[in-house]
Amino acid sequence: MTQHLHLMPNFGSPGQRHRQAYAGGDAFYERLLDAHRGLSDAQSELLNARLLLLLANHIGDLRVIGEAIDLARAGIAEPPPPSKEAS
Amino acid sequence: MLKTYTWPRFAAREAPERGASTTRRVPLVIVGAGPVGLAAAIDAAQRGLPVLLLDEDDTVSVGSRGLCYAKRTLEILDRLGVGQRVVDKGVTWNVGRTFHREREVFSFDLLPDAGHRRPGMVNLQQYHLEQYLVERAQALPAIDLRWKHRVAQVEPRGDGALLHIDSAEGPYTLHADWLLVADGARSPIRRQLGLDVEGQVFRDRFLIADVLLDGEPFPLERTERRFWFEPIFFEGESALMHREADNVWRIDFQLGWEADPEAEKQPARVAPRIRALLDQHGFAHIGFELEWVSVYTFQCRRMKRFRHGRLLFVGDSAHQVSPFGARGANSGVQDTDNLMWKLQRVIGGRAPEALLDSYAQERESAADENIMNSTRSTDFMTPKSRAARTLRDAVLSLAAEVPAARALVNSGRLSVPSTLADSPLNTPDVDAFEGWMQPGAPMDDAPTHEAGASGWLLPAFGDGFALLFFGAPAADERALLAVLAVAEEPLRTVVVLPPGVPALPGLRYLHDAQSLAARRYDAQPGSVYLIRPDQHVAARWRRLDAGRVLAALRRAGGHQVATAEAATSA
Repeated sequence: MTQHLHLMPNFGSPGQRHRQAYAGGDAFYERLLDAHRGLSDAQSELLNARLLLLLANHIGDLRVIGEAIDLARAGIAEPPPPSKEAS
Repeated sequence: MLKTYTWPRFAAREAPERGASTTRRVPLVIVGAGPVGLAAAIDAAQRGLPVLLLDEDDTVSVGSRGLCYAKRTLEILDRLGVGQRVVDKGVTWNVGRTFHREREVFSFDLLPDAGHRRPGMVNLQQYHLEQYLVERAQALPAIDLRWKHRVAQVEPRGDGALLHIDSAEGPYTLHADWLLVADGARSPIRRQLGLDVEGQVFRDRFLIADVLLDGEPFPLERTERRFWFEPIFFEGESALMHREADNVWRIDFQLGWEADPEAEKQPARVAPRIRALLDQHGFAHIGFELEWVSVYTFQCRRMKRFRHGRLLFVGDSAHQVSPFGARGANSGVQDTDNLMWKLQRVIGGRAPEALLDSYAQERESAADENIMNSTRSTDFMTPKSRAARTLRDAVLSLAAEVPAARALVNSGRLSVPSTLADSPLNTPDVDAFEGWMQPGAPMDDAPTHEAGASGWLLPAFGDGFALLFFGAPAADERALLAVLAVAEEPLRTVVVLPPGVPALPGLRYLHDAQSLAARRYDAQPGSVYLIRPDQHVAARWRRLDAGRVLAALRRAGGHQVATAEAATSA
């Protein structure tokens, strides 16, 4: 269980409201995909790592970051079936 | 030939204009008798506009095409007189479930709140919808519906367009004062005129199979949409299953860009996939027959401008989206809902042509919203790079445990009507309101009682402009409403009363049966909304002020407004 890490949907902009609950999350996802557009795989990995460092520093609270690391790692400890390559 | 449907053949009639010495001039021609052109023609006729509707074919939609009709479209179809037939024949659903392999990762409910006449979605094969619309159109004398009349060439003019038309008996020419182009995604008219349509082609192929089952995987009243990422019954990326009328089920398989469309369409290739889907969900006892198989690709794009002088583009001719949000036919019908009352006013000399620019502005924005949502869904479903795939897989791997990840799972964001927040026809709020019924919003429905009979709020609106007044109007307010009712632009009033408050003679009164109308419109006694003929909110106030109402009415009708109200909203 996580004590400090928020797991509920949380994307949005102050002062903006969306009638459809998915709008904020979808906007985040699109923004991130746009940032990856045109990059090589290695460049994309670097982008993800740089982003992770910036966001982790912004959060700062090591209890939150520790819980996030544990949750993310736990899903990989039981590997999902291999995903298919893009055709 | 389908087991469950026989295509009608409509008789082609000879054009009376053939061989005439002068070119006949008609106020309105619509090209394309698909769902969008038919809806436009019916709307025009109901608003008193004679209309000539041309179609190059002599039957309804062939194959498996439009499928899901959203709540807002059903409300429009109600106004056009075919809503109940669609709901009765179709399959109602609100819940969509999304799986990753065998695990459910996400579900949605299109209509979590009760108290709407229409459900979130009704599934119905497009040919049924078109047939109902044709039958409705045939019952309206103002519609001259001509099958097998093909527009060979359009010559735009300042005062309309010259149409060169081919019919079985030979060619003829018409002058249309206004031309609605509803001739589909490949729009021959758009192409002939060399008008741009810009956007993105997706490099993926999808197989559609319509199958007739001899049993029911789940009961009709518990119909849901099911979507699988990396399904265990199929080697491709995703699959989607919908129930249609007559126990026909539509299954979409995502094949990938390299797939050979001809090979994939072979029944020997399709049937084992259907069998595997059924078997792996515990339906080995259910047999099936293939009704229809095709392979499609798609694009997300739109014309830069929907209005070109006297030519107005509606539906797929103007904009196209991927099919995963049911935003194609739905947005096309919503285009016509937006356009026809404006055209009626312009043709009738009651509004400046500039009112039609608001059609373009409002529906171009709506198309952008539809394209944005449909592109986001497609980007999630068909990742285009390793990074995009890794991100998608990360979302799916967390989705079962983490609500924040679940909210990102995107198997299609289904059609909802646009709130036309930036419309030039809106009068911005000067009073504070909560909720979603802001200027530009499509009206929310609510259950009502009228003279003891149960009904709904929405059908009380939709012809001309109208006021929605909450609470019992006082004597001075009744006097103002009486003046507005007979003003140059007559303004009807519909009063919504709390349950138990007695009605008075002279106005139309509805009772707010479950107090949902007051809640949805954040209404207090005396709150008043100005409603457009397409059931969108134009303006709202906490108390009735005839000067403000008239200014908002002029603005919503496309007229210049040079009052203090206009200045405050600049």
